[in-house]
This record gives sequence, structure tokens and C-alpha cells, in this order.
Amino acid sequence: MNAADVLLALLAPLLFPPLLLGAITRTKARIAGRRGPPLLQPYFDLARLLRKGVVRSRTTTWVFLAGPVVALASAWLAAFMIPLGARGALIGFPGDLIAFAYLLALGRFFTIAAALDTGSAFEGMGAAREAAFSCLAEPAALFALLVLVKLSGSTSLGSMLGPELPQLWAVGAPSLGLAAVSLFVVLLAENSRIPFDDPTTHLELTMVHEVMVLDHSGPPLALILYGAAVKLFAYGLLLVRLATPFDVGGTALGAAIALVELLGLAVLIGVVESVMARLQLVRIPSLLVGAGLLSAFGVMLLAG
Amino acid sequence: MNTGLAALGALLIGASGLVAACAGNAAPALADRVGAGVLGAGAALAALAALLALAGGSDTLAGGVLALDALSAVFLLPVAVLGAACACYSLAYFPAAAHPREAPRLRAAFGVATAGLIVVLLARHSFVFLAAWEVMAIGGFFAVTAEERQREVREAGFLYLVSTRASALCLLALFALLFAATGGPALSPLAPGRVSPALQSAAFALALVGFGLKAGLMPLHVWLPPAHAAAPTHVSALLSGVLIKSGIYGIVRVVSLLPDAPAWWGESLLVLGVISAILGVALALAQHDLKRLLAYHSIENIGIIALGLGLALLARDAGRLDVALLALGGALLHVVNHALFKGLLFLGAGAVIQQTGTRALDALGGVAKRMPATALCFAVGAVAIVGLPPLNGFVSEWLIYSGLLRTIAAGGGAVWVLAALAAPGLALTGGLALACFAKVVGVVFLGEAREPAAQATREAPAAMLGPMCALALACAAIGLGAFALGAPLGAAAQIALGAPGARPDAPFAALSLLALALVVLAGALGLALRWRLRRSPRPSGPTWDCGYAAPSARMQYSASSFAATLVRAFAFALLPRARPPQLAAVFPAASSFHSHVPDAVLDGLVLPASQRLADLLGRLRVLQRGSVHAYLLYVWIALVALLAVSGASR
Repeated sequence: MNAADVLLALLAPLLFPPLLLGAITRTKARIAGRRGPPLLQPYFDLARLLRKGVVRSRTTTWVFLAGPVVALASAWLAAFMIPLGARGALIGFPGDLIAFAYLLALGRFFTIAAALDTGSAFEGMGAAREAAFSCLAEPAALFALLVLVKLSGSTSLGSMLGPELPQLWAVGAPSLGLAAVSLFVVLLAENSRIPFDDPTTHLELTMVHEVMVLDHSGPPLALILYGAAVKLFAYGLLLVRLATPFDVGGTALGAAIALVELLGLAVLIGVVESVMARLQLVRIPSLLVGAGLLSAFGVMLLAG
Repeated sequence: MNTGLAALGALLIGASGLVAACAGNAAPALADRVGAGVLGAGAALAALAALLALAGGSDTLAGGVLALDALSAVFLLPVAVLGAACACYSLAYFPAAAHPREAPRLRAAFGVATAGLIVVLLARHSFVFLAAWEVMAIGGFFAVTAEERQREVREAGFLYLVSTRASALCLLALFALLFAATGGPALSPLAPGRVSPALQSAAFALALVGFGLKAGLMPLHVWLPPAHAAAPTHVSALLSGVLIKSGIYGIVRVVSLLPDAPAWWGESLLVLGVISAILGVALALAQHDLKRLLAYHSIENIGIIALGLGLALLARDAGRLDVALLALGGALLHVVNHALFKGLLFLGAGAVIQQTGTRALDALGGVAKRMPATALCFAVGAVAIVGLPPLNGFVSEWLIYSGLLRTIAAGGGAVWVLAALAAPGLALTGGLALACFAKVVGVVFLGEAREPAAQATREAPAAMLGPMCALALACAAIGLGAFALGAPLGAAAQIALGAPGARPDAPFAALSLLALALVVLAGALGLALRWRLRRSPRPSGPTWDCGYAAPSARMQYSASSFAATLVRAFAFALLPRARPPQLAAVFPAASSFHSHVPDAVLDGLVLPASQRLADLLGRLRVLQRGSVHAYLLYVWIALVALLAVSGASR
């Protein structure tokens, strides 16, 4: 990697993520027959929140502010581990896929703790749901990644998703297909999209992630929204690379294509959110277990 | 020289109670300090010996009866560190001034148990090993039952005693087998092919049961939660942090003696490990008692360690020494790590219990506001035990994961299937542990006190905070200093695997850098946020409770409700019992909700089985006539029978 590529790999996870949220909102608005807010609205929102003051609950401690900070920092580091296109992951070492999963888990731990810090029953409810659902999403994601580990013989995300990915598809297309479907379900669950969670609902009782941040305002809320976008970016990049394995050669060109594909994924999420209703909460675990079984089948197909 | 240092340390630690007693009961505070000081000095010697041995200075003492090598040293180091930390902690937690009857006895038992444990780690002679094992077990019994006037403590102590007896019986049989096989009491590696595989497998099975009972592998864990809950908290910390690791040490040491390991050894360890890990954490999630919850997490962590051990054995059989080194290195590092963070968590829990007077999770809350330093230390321990970066738990779990992933990448055979199931099993364990510790931190330290009586009043005293801070710093140091771990872990793992000169091939430096990057990034963001917030007015108010006018602290989400979804998902294994409120009439009367998760193995299996056994053996009581004549007759019959047998065999 030369200096320009490093700069690109550094800046893309910093600048690009909010655009994904804009694209999702725009898609949903268009399908509903509205014009919708501008694509760059999430950036304006973040800038507005950063300028605002903060109201803090008397119940809270330092954990309340540590939640957004740690969630954003860990999401950034996790995003740096996924290559933009076929090459160019900023952080890479053997076994980094475990670090990827555990970094995101660290963010979740602090988000849950920050929610419980307010002492609100609603936020506790959301925190409990987040903890329970991610327990089921984690094995599903790991099974999906095991497919890649087995096929590539490598334990680093950078080389698993590297230029050899087309050959892996030639060998294990059914398994990789199952893994990609499973990862898409995990992406929707972990990023609190419909059918798991509705980011735009106004009924606290039915929310998962949004209800956990009810008491945050101003800059801390900006960090939370931004961190969620970075997390979506990281998961999306992983899925996009897995689903479209071709290698165009140049790092910059590959990165540009990957970013365009990410926007396509955002549109797809928008379509899913438009055509589906949110699932009943008690049925979410079975969907996640189903996703886990799908990727477990993918692993089993490779056993021979 | 190093072995001598460690033995001297053990001697000082064992004698600390006696020395303190000499200091006199007239000055209880002085006796406390003398006891802790002598124990601390002994622990310092032992720690120094362990560090020297890890750096490559293994030697023997008394003609090879005692020896200290890198494998023993990995287990010895946490004993010394945690022993000293707990002794310091007890100055404020269990002072003789407040407990004039119990404290001197507990001090003696604590020192004796710790000294016994150290000698177990040093012994290379089966008689010495067994004797030290018994000293440790009995010392542990008196430490657990320090407050024996409570019924709960006596019951837990009895259960502990029974399981140590069962464990000792297995070990007696194991060492008798080894004695018969080698012709001597020395615990030295057998030559390959000299001893029949059946005998080796019998020895391994005995070791698995005998040491597994001490380690708390499921389903042999039944004594562990009650004992941890009943013991004074610094004893719980020692018990959970290092004493149960003697079981793991025993398994590793015995395996290192037996040269021809068939596949089922590793397979059984791996499967038992995964079961212990998942069910241990699921049971922990369902607990309402802070100390019982931490005790079930010990079972989970022992499971993770056993998983690593099993994988290492399987990989060694398959000729994958690199995988074996990673898995065993991870398991050994987890032994050290668990001692640090579980000790820290128990000490933190003890501080909370001392201030609030309750162990019930559903009564606590908001402790962090009055005890911020304790809360910070406990949070560090929680992040570490969940295995999250940048702390030490991540490094050891990462090593075990790496072993699993490499096995999966290589492909082929039964090992592959086991690894492909164990890796997601470990991920599930991690997710459940995250849920559980988010619950503990959130319910105990954050929010508001759920019962007004359970309000913390002030920060823990310095003698308790000091050890906690030291353990928290040690957790951070291993996480950030992972780059230095390759050599010592390799030295210990190669003894267990019988493969000299090998080192785990892992990017330790990358793990260190990642941890550092995380700390720097989060720190910078946090400082920026603080700077930004300082410039703006910061009005504060009550928590916004979605329009409810008068939220009360009782309306907070409780520990039980937080865990409810997951407990229901694991209902097939946990068998939760709930008494939901009955709402009958138009104006229902006041009602209550009650839920309880029993230990399925204890209540469903062990207690009924032992009751049945007691009934059965009760029939033998007809022999007990109480008259000397009858007993003489029995002796005579036995003699005649023995003579007949020996005559016939000649």
C-alpha cells in the first residue's frame, strides 16, 4: 500500500458511513412516494447535534458518557480490519477476525452499560433485548466466517477476502452463498434494522436499540449515531466483498467500486425496510437461530 | 535455588497464622498485620521464584522430591499474587477486632491452604503430592467454614468436604496405578510404550474425575457455588482464583507424564469444556446472588481452559504442534488471567457486600456513585472476564480461538468437526458472558438502589482498594503487554507437550498494538468529548421515563428481568421455576412474582442419588451391634478368609 491508499483506507471509514444512513432514508422515502430528506442529511444532523448542549440525568455516572465513546472507537478499529475492495485493510494479522467480533462486542458492552446507567425501565428493557439477541447473532456470524476460514485456509480477514476470493467461490459456492445470506440477516439484526428493530418507531415498548439511547442528547448522541453508522459500514463492507468477489486490480479503483456497492446495499436495506413489517419480538430469536443454522449448513457442506 | 525460594515462601505462608497468633490476641490489629506481613513476605519469595523459573531457571530440591519448572511456575505466580492481595484485603474485610473468634482461625486456615497449594505445585513425589493435596483440602475446608454458626455455611462446608474426599480417593487410586506402573513414587514422565495403553487410559480417567472434581468441571461442579457463596469473600477469591486451578494443574501434569494419549482424552476434555462453559455461564446468568453468580462463572472459565487443553491434546496427536502450542498457551494464560480478574471481581463484590449488607442483586443499585473506585475496578474485571480487548481475557481467549480456527482451516477428521462446533460454542459463551456482566455492572453499580437499605454509604477502605487496583492494573498490563508472553508461555507449554524448544506462533505484538490503539483512540475521543462538554451549560434532571410522572427506583429493570429472555431460551437445561402472580378477581389483591433456577445436577441427580445410597447402606447397619464380641468375631472371620485366599493363591 502506498501513502494515498493508506489515506483512502483511513478516511473512508471516517467520512463515508453517514451517507449509508442517508441512502437508506432516501430509498424508503422514494418507495413511500415522498421526496425525502437530502442524501447528506445525516451529516447535517451530526453537525447540529455536535453544536447542541447536553441534558444529563442525575442518576448517571461516567459510564453514561463512556458508552458512546467506546462504541465509536471500537467500531472504527473494526472497520479498519475489513479491506476496501480486494486489498487494503489498514489493520491485519492472523486471527484478526476474532478481534473484529470482540471489538464490536466491546462497543455493545458499553452501550448496554450506558443504558442501564440511566436507571430507566425502558432502557433496561432495550439493553436486555440487545444482549439476548446478540448472543444468538454471534454464533451465526462466526459460523459464516468459518466457511471463509475453511475455504481460504487463512484466519485473517484481509487475506480471506483478498484477491483469491473468486477461486474460493469456484470451489465452495453453495457454502459461501449460505454464509452471505446468514451474514445479511446478522447485519440487519446487529444494526437494528427492520425486521429486527425499527429505528424510526415512536413506541418505546417495541424498540431495541433506539430505546437504549433515549436519555442521550447533544454530542454524546452524535457519537452514538455516528458509531452506529460506522458499524453498519463495517458489516456492509464485509458482506459486499463476500457477495461480489471480483478483483479489478488497482486499490483505489477497487475501493471506489466497493463504496458504490455499499450504497447499493443501503438501497437494498431500504427496500427490505419498506416491504417488511417489524417482527414480533418473541419471534426474533428463531430468525437468528435460523440464520445460524444456515451458515452451520454451509460449514457442514465443507466437512467432506 | 528457585525451588528452595518457593518452598521457603510456602513455609512462611503456612506459618503466617501461627506467627500472628504468637503476636497475641491482646492486640488483634497487630496480629492481623503480622499475619498479613508474613504471608506477604512468603508470597513475594514465591512470586520471585516463579518469575525466575519462567525466565528459564528450573531446578529441583531434596533429591527431586520438590521441583519448580515453567509449568509449575505458571500456576505458582497467580497463587502468590492473589494470596498476598487477599491477605491485605482481609485486614479491612475480616479484621480480628470485629471477628475475635473466627479471624485467628481463618488466618491460619488461609495460610495453610495456600501453602499446601504451593507444595502441590512443587511436588514430584506422589506421597508428598497427596499429603500436600490433603493439607490444601482441609485448610480450604476450615477457611470456607469460618463463619460456621450459619446453617448455610455448615451445609456448604459439608458438601465441599464430601467432594474433596471423593476427589482424594480417585487420586489415591491414580497414584497407586502410577506407582505400580513405574515401580516408584517419583512423578517423572513414563517412557513411551512401556506401560499398557489400557492402564494409561485408566490413569487418565481417574485424573479426570479426581482433578475435575476439584476444578469444578461440569457435572462435577456441585460443591463449587455453595462453597463460594458461603465463604468469606477473600476466601472465595482465593478458592475461585487459584485453588480450583490445582485441578487443572493436576490434569496437565498427569498428561505430561503419560506418553501415549489416545484421541478420546482430548475429545472428552474438549466436550466437557464446551458443556461447562455454556451451561456454567447460562446458570450464572440466572442467579440472583452476586457471589453464586461469580462462582458459576468460575465453572465457565474452567470450561474454557479445559477446551484449550483438550484441543492441545488432539492437535498433538494429529501432529499439529503449532495448534497444540496455541491452544495450550491460551489455556495456561487463561489460568493466570482468571486468577487475576476473578480475584478482582470477588474482592469488588466483597466491598459492595460489606458496604450494603446484601448479596441480593435485585436489592442493589447505584453503588458507583458512593464507591467510584470500586466500581471502576469491578468494571475492569468485568471487561476482562468477558474476554474483550484491550484487557488480558482477550489475549487468552484469542489464543484458544486461533488454535480452533487453524484446526478448521486445515480440515479433515473428527478434530475438525469438534473444532467447528467448539468455536461457535465459545462465541455463544462470550455473548452470554457479556450479557451476564453487563447485567451485574448495570444492576449493582449503575442506576439507583432498588431497596433503600441497600444504599452504599462510602468508598471501601484503602486496604481493600489497594489489592483491587493492583489486580486491575495487572489485567491491563497483560492485555497491553501481550508482546512479552511468547517465551514464558512456550516454556510452560513445551513441558506439558513434551516438545522442547517450541514457541507459540502468534502475533503477540499485533495484539499489543491493537490494545494500545483502542486505548489511545477511546482516550482521545473521551478527552475531546469532555472538552466539548465543559464549554456548554450542563443542566441535569431526572431520567426521562417516557412521560411517566413519578418513576420510582423499584421500577428499574431488575437482574431477573434482564436475564429472563436468555433464561427462557435455555429453559431446557436450566429448568427455571417461577411463581407468577395470580390475578383472579376484578380488583386483584396484592401479588408477588418469584423465580428460582436450581442447580439441576445437585438437586436432580446428586442429592437423590446420595439419599438412595444412604438408604441402601443403612441396611448394613445390622452388622453394627455395639458389642465387642461381635466385632472380634468379624475380625476372626476376616482373618480366616484372608488366610484361605492367600493359601489358595499359593
